[in-house]
Amino acid sequence: MKVELHVWRQAGPAARGEFVRYDVADVSPDMSFLEVLDVLNEQLVARREEPIAFDHDCREGICGACGMVINGRPHGPERATTACQLHMRHFADGAEIWIEPWRARSFPVVKDLVVDRSAFDRIIQAGGFITARTGSAPEANSLLVPKRDADLAMDAAQCIGCGACVAACPNASAMLFVAAKVSHLGLLPQGQPERYSRVAEMVAQMDAAGFGACTNHGECMAACPKEISIDFIARLNRDYFTARFRRQTSDVGGDGSEA
Amino acid sequence: MELRLQVPSGPLETKWTRHRSEMRLVAPANKRKYHVIVVGSGLAGASAAASLADLGYNISCFCFQDSPRRAHSIAAQGGINAAKNYQNDGDSVFRLFYDTIKGGDFRSREANVYRLAEISASIIDQCVAQGVPFAREYGGLLANRSFGGVQVSRTFYARGQTGQQLLLGAYQALARQIGRGAVRMYARHEMLDLVVIEGRARGIIARDLVTGKINAHAADAVVLATGGYSNIYYLSTNAKGCNITAIWRAHKRGAAFANPCFTQIHPTCIPPTGEHQSKLTLMSESLRNDGRIWVPSRPGDKRGPDGIPEAERDYYLERLYPSFGNLAPRDIASRRAKEVCDQGRGVGPGGNGVYLDFRDAIGRLGRHVVAERYGNLFEMYERITGENPYTVPMRIYPAPHYTMGGLWVDYNLMSTVAGLYVIGEANFSDHGANRLGASALMQGLADGYFIVPYTLGEHLALVKPGGADTSHAAFRQTEQEVTERIRKLLAVGGRRSVDKFHRELGRVMWDKCGMSRNAQGLREALERVRCLREEFWNDVYVGGGSEDLNQALERAGRVADFFEFAEEMCYDALQREESCGCHFREEYQTAEGEAKRDDDRFTHVAAWEFTGVGNTPVLHREPLAFDAVHPSVRSYR
Repeated sequence: MKVELHVWRQAGPAARGEFVRYDVADVSPDMSFLEVLDVLNEQLVARREEPIAFDHDCREGICGACGMVINGRPHGPERATTACQLHMRHFADGAEIWIEPWRARSFPVVKDLVVDRSAFDRIIQAGGFITARTGSAPEANSLLVPKRDADLAMDAAQCIGCGACVAACPNASAMLFVAAKVSHLGLLPQGQPERYSRVAEMVAQMDAAGFGACTNHGECMAACPKEISIDFIARLNRDYFTARFRRQTSDVGGDGSEA
Repeated sequence: MELRLQVPSGPLETKWTRHRSEMRLVAPANKRKYHVIVVGSGLAGASAAASLADLGYNISCFCFQDSPRRAHSIAAQGGINAAKNYQNDGDSVFRLFYDTIKGGDFRSREANVYRLAEISASIIDQCVAQGVPFAREYGGLLANRSFGGVQVSRTFYARGQTGQQLLLGAYQALARQIGRGAVRMYARHEMLDLVVIEGRARGIIARDLVTGKINAHAADAVVLATGGYSNIYYLSTNAKGCNITAIWRAHKRGAAFANPCFTQIHPTCIPPTGEHQSKLTLMSESLRNDGRIWVPSRPGDKRGPDGIPEAERDYYLERLYPSFGNLAPRDIASRRAKEVCDQGRGVGPGGNGVYLDFRDAIGRLGRHVVAERYGNLFEMYERITGENPYTVPMRIYPAPHYTMGGLWVDYNLMSTVAGLYVIGEANFSDHGANRLGASALMQGLADGYFIVPYTLGEHLALVKPGGADTSHAAFRQTEQEVTERIRKLLAVGGRRSVDKFHRELGRVMWDKCGMSRNAQGLREALERVRCLREEFWNDVYVGGGSEDLNQALERAGRVADFFEFAEEMCYDALQREESCGCHFREEYQTAEGEAKRDDDRFTHVAAWEFTGVGNTPVLHREPLAFDAVHPSVRSYR
């Protein structure tokens, strides 16, 4: 099959970008979407043109490195599928395909389809963890976790940090990303001591990074390749308001924990 | 070059405990004066960086990905072993140790493997404390499953994403240390060389992949946690970015490389579909718990799986290995798959595949139980192949997956270069000639959380902090060499792309130094690799410049290093005139087609010393002594 690609080319963060049209022939329906870009890049190299820069690594849908908006949808048209796992059998012969980077102020373009997602790392650094010094952990089975809680925590923990939720959101909000981590850790007994300080710190960092607010569009959940539910955003909001409330009462520490 | 093992004396069971109480310590107030570089942020690197920072050392951590959370450990699916004996099925530290030694076909160091088994239980404790959402039973206890090559259930898992959850645990611990300023993180940075001053590792040269800037970083010790080299085959289950550059550069600076030919081919991967294939996808070995592997009994049988009656199916693993059946270890399962395909009984396009069938499991357990255990793997399979494994058997074929070989390390995980530690898949230490399933995650985290944080003190307590900064001549010299090499790569301006060369190298290595090898093929490979390497430097086209993000340039440097390493791998396979574990030399096999070891001549680790590109490396042998176990014929029948 043949495809007509329109790819966003941008030389650097400050450069002006534009769509460039490329026609690719001999596309096999068994190819992954990134393999089509590989083929195109080989052709560009043969013509002495600069290949298209795009992030990718595991190509198994788990590392979260790849991410591009394909025909207006983060990671393309298939449900629960990252760009690297999207196969060409889902496109018609002769299809016209528009490819852009994530568009969000907090994810500046580095080059072509590559964006800087370090804002996500900074949110985790602010509080997305359980403090557990190496060596001081108690025997693992001394802590029972009901299967229901463990399963729900795992549903949230599956987030791959790709940023599709931000790209899909009209406000470029990172609420689903933050909610997934807050819920994963907050659902487990180990996560309780830092539960409220965690949510407060992570939300503060999210705001500082310039992500927008959540206005319940639900686009994030539709775009999420791991199908993380916006129910977790409700959980985040509940914990966040509790943290705020606790902080304002005198019987708690500055971090929101019980004094 | 001298291989000093530093294995403590005394009985196997007490070596590590005693060593820990006798090791040198760095006083708490002095720890922050020491700067340690950790290269790589996978399970080993992230856990080491976080644990060392928690101890008070001053840490810099480097990764080439845009975030430390994306290191390839994230893709491990099946699980992590630990000798907890939670299932009351007779597991013990000794049994895990024994299984690992036997699984490695008696080509690993007893003391290291015993320590790994001993530490395994603490890893689970640590990960649970961090909030890793392991699978649980209804009563709230941790769940286990069994894995290939063993007869107990000791594998802990988080659905089919165990590696992801363990890595996120380590990444979050690392993030916490970055947040409090104890670790300085350099993402999108690639280590391009090691700086050695007077025999000591004193820092690295790294390239900022966004700006192209080459920078020197000085330290009191360097820890390499840069993974394995399966991508030498071009097609493997490794992430596209996985490469040998960091450990190869260290090798060229004096670190011995051990057992380079021990490469694991994983039996359950999705078969390739064509020339465009850019990487292979693993289907977790855990699938073999419930899936049955078969091919048609008759060669050239073109009927679909549904059309082949039970009597005309050959469940060859169950037939050949009745006591382990479909859970035979990886090396054996892979070789047998290749054998039935070579007999013309392979299935799917090109006949490169065998069935992994869940029909009986679905009948026995019900679809919902199978979905609960493997749902995400089934979805992944369907996304890639367009076939539904609930109704059509999966097709699988072996693919390069893991490399047991790596830089040689002593008991303290220090290489032959003082102050250069190597952890995780990057070292050679624990898996011998074959790694058992769910042991890579165990080793990465054992090294990072519980070994290197102690053993690093052995070196640091002996040296004064600081003393070499990046203005030292050795830094300038190494930096210049790195810059010059980049200039050279860009200057070739030939006609063939980096990927074309990489594919070609991969094909040679897969054909001649892959699942089975022979002396003639290895000699041909040596010849071919040399020619290709020369062609590469005369005819590669990289394009672009060195002063911004240039992914082709990144790949070119890595492929150039693979070309140099390929020769050493072939030399190693050639000199090891025996079959053991994954290293199958066709000349050395039993009448039943099993690997035939030669314990008299080859009970040793082959540690190679670099002597210049294109020169024959020098072989040093570390003899392996077995006191606690007796090397037996490894039988799974």
